[in-house]
Order: sequence, then structure tokens, then C-alpha cells
Amino acid sequence: MKMKKIILSFLGCGCLLAAGSGLQAQTLINGAGSTFDYPAFSKWFEVYKSVDSNVRFNYQSIGSGGGQKQLLNQTVNFGASDAPMTDEAMANAPGKILHFPIVAGGVAIMYNLPGNPKLKLDGDTLANIYLGNIKKWNDPKIAALNPGVDLPNLDIAPVHRTEGSGTTFIFTDYLTSISPVWADTVGKGTSVKWPADLGLGAKGTEGVAGEVKQISGAIGYGELAYADQSKITYADMKNSSGKFVSPAPESVSAALATAHIPDDFRFSMVNPPGADAYPIAGASWVLVYQQQKDAVAGKKLVDFLKWAITDGQKISAKLDYAPLPENVQQRELKLLDTIKY
Amino acid sequence: MVNQTATTTKMKRGGSHFGDRIFKWLTLLMALAVFALIGLIGYELAIHSQPSIHKFGWHFLVSSDWDPTNDIYGALPFILGTLVSSFIALLIAVPISVATAVYLTELAPLWLRQPLIMFIELLAAIPSVILGFWGLFVMIPWLHAHLFPWLRTTLGFLPFFQGQDYGPCMLAAGIILAIMAVPIITSVSREILRSVPGLQREAAYALGATHWEVTRIAVLSYAKKGIFGAVILGLGRALGETMAVTMVIGNQPQFSLSLFQPSSTLASWIATQFTEAISPLFYSSLFELGLVLLGVTVLVNIVAQLLLKTFAGPGVKPQH
Repeated sequence: MKMKKIILSFLGCGCLLAAGSGLQAQTLINGAGSTFDYPAFSKWFEVYKSVDSNVRFNYQSIGSGGGQKQLLNQTVNFGASDAPMTDEAMANAPGKILHFPIVAGGVAIMYNLPGNPKLKLDGDTLANIYLGNIKKWNDPKIAALNPGVDLPNLDIAPVHRTEGSGTTFIFTDYLTSISPVWADTVGKGTSVKWPADLGLGAKGTEGVAGEVKQISGAIGYGELAYADQSKITYADMKNSSGKFVSPAPESVSAALATAHIPDDFRFSMVNPPGADAYPIAGASWVLVYQQQKDAVAGKKLVDFLKWAITDGQKISAKLDYAPLPENVQQRELKLLDTIKY
Repeated sequence: MVNQTATTTKMKRGGSHFGDRIFKWLTLLMALAVFALIGLIGYELAIHSQPSIHKFGWHFLVSSDWDPTNDIYGALPFILGTLVSSFIALLIAVPISVATAVYLTELAPLWLRQPLIMFIELLAAIPSVILGFWGLFVMIPWLHAHLFPWLRTTLGFLPFFQGQDYGPCMLAAGIILAIMAVPIITSVSREILRSVPGLQREAAYALGATHWEVTRIAVLSYAKKGIFGAVILGLGRALGETMAVTMVIGNQPQFSLSLFQPSSTLASWIATQFTEAISPLFYSSLFELGLVLLGVTVLVNIVAQLLLKTFAGPGVKPQH
């Protein structure tokens, strides 16, 4: 009996060893960056096992800034960022970095009002709220956009992301494109100097959503998926055609289709033309070096990206991301073919 | 007496043993390692702060500009935020802790002491992130609905209780820090009070003193040095606390006289900004904030030691 047990355990060890050596034959691809992309990546990695079982992924969702930094330090195979890299950062890189839009998403304007009425807002009003020029919810400017809504005499508490964030980039990029005053005083960036003595900062989209939920009269911005999951009311935004549009994968896709996208894919898609386009939306990019160091890993990475940009889009659409339009997919595939191993 | 001398000689002789010498050097090495560790931390922080120190110089300490768009950084709001939030915490925590410690050692019935002590120690064991959650979802709504309006009506003439309040603010951070400092100050103070010789109390009672007089004259004045030390330990906790503060302070790079305004401390600002500091100067400025925090902590401790020295006369020191 005892002998049998020992033999069995030896056999077990043997099996484990065999499995271990099987794992070693797999290619490991490391990535780091955007938290916004993380749900899409983890779903893709899971499904991609059935496409290519010889590749394993390790993605650290440490934030766009961290992703850019790790790519520059060459500690990862790819980075992911919600804001395109600046010319300055690209100039400091040890090699040419390519940008590939991988997912796109809308930024919802969430708020907390008694009874949570559905509101309509425009960019100018939003800028004035975040500049501190509109202080009360029953301000005539908000009332004019929302006839028939009973607005309370309540202080507005604007909430923003305290740390650098791609979502902040999209949000401030939008306000900069709409309001000249905003462009002059605050500007756009992953972190900006917010107007003094106004509002609150919170860490992460979950932090912003948490404070909006807590504070009556608060307004904040965050990825649409978060607003939906936390069941926070969000506003319809006026787009460049004067139509009020709700954030949704379809309205973000419409924005992507009409946005001007240059050949290096470093673009901004806020406030694009098109009647159905939601104005506050942005893409998130995968960043890779054009010259790959490791031929095997490089090849596997390109294969995966080709899959994610095409077939993967149907999967990510289920997670509230907007699918990339067909023409963008084709252009990205062409750029992917320029990667050298 | 004779016995004692004999033991001492024995120990001296023992000291020349090879094993004992190894033991001595080993413990010395360990003690020095602590110094080396602090030195290394300071050195690393200083190295990484170089770009920021080079760019801003001393101006960094007095500037309240934090502008990532134009790459300009200053530490003043965070230094003030750290000091003020810790000060509020002590203002609230010290009376509560000392009173609790006095009750536990002097007045409480014996059967109640152990359970109370257990609860206080349990409070110290709550992770700060849990306290932060509680602060954000339970404490702040209550403060916003009850305490803040009351402060505004009764003490609203003071600049500290004016202006808009959203909920998360400097005062909320001070209160959370007080909750975290109470168990530390209480348990250390209790140890100090327990070590006050019984003779002191008996002498005071013999002179016909009341309970209150005994506590005040015989116990507290005897233990004040030690209690002061306990307060410093609590202050240490408050100065560096990060997670709970981040969740309730409102995270704005600003300092305002009004305690209802959101603000930031050195530790909370480093924690919130670090992951996304892309520009090299931004990154380096965060390291310099860490260096400043180290400096503030050392400075506060030195000032505390000096204050402690001015308390002359007998007293019990903390055993930490």
C-alpha cells in the first residue's frame, strides 16, 4: 500500500515535470500600461489560447505612463497607452516606436443629482463648470439646455482624476477643442493644473465614480463601461452637428469613422464631424518598436496584434469598447507588416 | 551587595569569551545596518531628486505651483497639508488617548480593563485602506450632513470653517488620522501610567487628595515625559500615513486656511501621482517630495526631543 503511494507520487512528479518543460517551450510576451485596455487584453489573452496555444501573455495594468516608461526601458515587448507618445519622448527612445490603435471608448460625463434626471450638456457649459464659472446646478446655462427639467439649487462639485490618466487627456483635449479660455488657462494633457480652489481629485476611474456616487451635486468623467457598471447617470453631449448624443459603442464608432487619422496613427478624435458621433472619445494605443529584438517573440506579437485588430474587435465590443472601423483595421495591418525581426 | 559584585565580575570575565565577542560585533552590525538603511534611503531619494533640485532649488520648498502641463513643481501645499493634518489628528487624539489611558489604569473596574484594552488594540490592527473606505463611505457623508454644518453655524466666524465643503477635505483627513493615532498613544500612555510607582499615589492619598488630584499631581505630572513620547509615536504614524488619507482628503495640490477644502499631504500626493509621472522632471519632483517628507519627519522628531529635554524633573520615559 505504502509502496503504491510512493510510486504514484513519483509518477505525479514526472507528469508535473513534463508539463513544466511543455510550458518552457511557450513564448512569453510581456506588456504593460493602460488600465483602460486591461479588460480587453485579459479577454483577448483568454480567447487567443485557442488560436495559438504556444504563446503566453503577461500584462501589467500599471497605467499609461508606466507603460510608456517600461517600453522606453525595453523591459516589455509592448506598451499600451491612452495618450499617444509625445515627439520628445519618441526622440529619446532607443528605436522607432509605432502606434497601433487597439480599442476606442467613450468618456461619460457622470453626475449625481436628486432623482437623477437625464441631462443634456454641451462642451462650453462643461468647460465653464470645470473652470468654476458655473457653480450651481440651476444655472441659466444648464437650464437652457434642459427645458422641463427641475434643476436643484445645489453646488456643483467637479471631480477629476488626481493622477495622470489617458481619460483626463481625452477630457481636457475635448474641452481645449471647444473652449478657447480652457485652452489658454488649463490646456490638455494626461495631468493638468486644474483651476485652483475648485472640486476634488480622486485616484482611478473607480475613485471618481465613488466620489460622484457619494457627493450630491458632483460631476465627473470616466470610461463608459465604468459608468454603466456602477449605474451612475451620465449626460447626453452636444456634438459638432448640434445633436445630443449618448455615449455608446455605436456613437464612438461613428466618431472613429469620421475622425481624421494620420498615417502614424497618433490622432485625437474629440469633437469629430458626423451627426451620430459622440464628441468625447478616444483611442488607446499599443506601442511597439519597429525593429524587434527577439525574432520569435516579435513574430508572435505581430500575429496577436493582427488578430486583436480584426477578429478581436468583435470580442471587445461586448465589453463596451467601440470596434475599429474596417478602413482603420486595414491601414493598421499594413503598418504591422513593416515590423522587422 | 557582595553577591552583586560577584555576578558583575563573572559577567566581565564572560565578556572575553570568543562567542561573546562575536555576539557583540553581530549586534553592533545589526544596529549599524539600521543607520545604513536610513542613509541609503536618503541617498537614493537625493540622487533621483537631482534634476528637480537642480531646476527649482530652494524655491521648490516655498512654491505652491503644481503644473504638469508646463513642468513646474512646488512642495509647499503638501508640506503644510502634512503638518496641518497631523496637528489636527493630535489635537483630537491626545485628549481622548490620555483620558482613556487614565481611565484604564486608575479608574476602570478590573473586569472591564482587559476587554477595553483588547478593543483598543483591535483598532490599531485595522488596515488603513479599510479605515479609508469607512471614512469615504460612512464618515464623510455623516460629517457632511451633521458635523460640518454645525461647525459652520457655531464656529463659522473663524476662517477655518468657512467656504464650500464637498465632503472629502483636510478636516476629514485629520479625523481619520486621529482614529489611527488613538490606539498607539493610548497603549503607550497606559504602559507609562502603569509604571508610575504605587507609592506616589499612596502618598498623595495619604495627604487627603481626591481621585482627580491624585491623577493630576501624582500620576500625570510624573508621567508627562513618557506621555509626550507616546504622542510623538502617534505623530510619526500620522505624518507618513498614505492610503487612508488619500481616500478622504480630496487630493488637490492646494492648501487653504479653510479645513473644509480638499488638500493633499506629501505621502498621499506621492502615492497618487507616482504611477503616471511621465515627464522626467515630474518623476524627479516626486522623489524630492519623498526627500522633503524624510526631512520633515526628522525635523519634527528633533524638535520633539528638544521639547522633551525642557521637561525637567523626574519622569518615566517610554520604553520604545
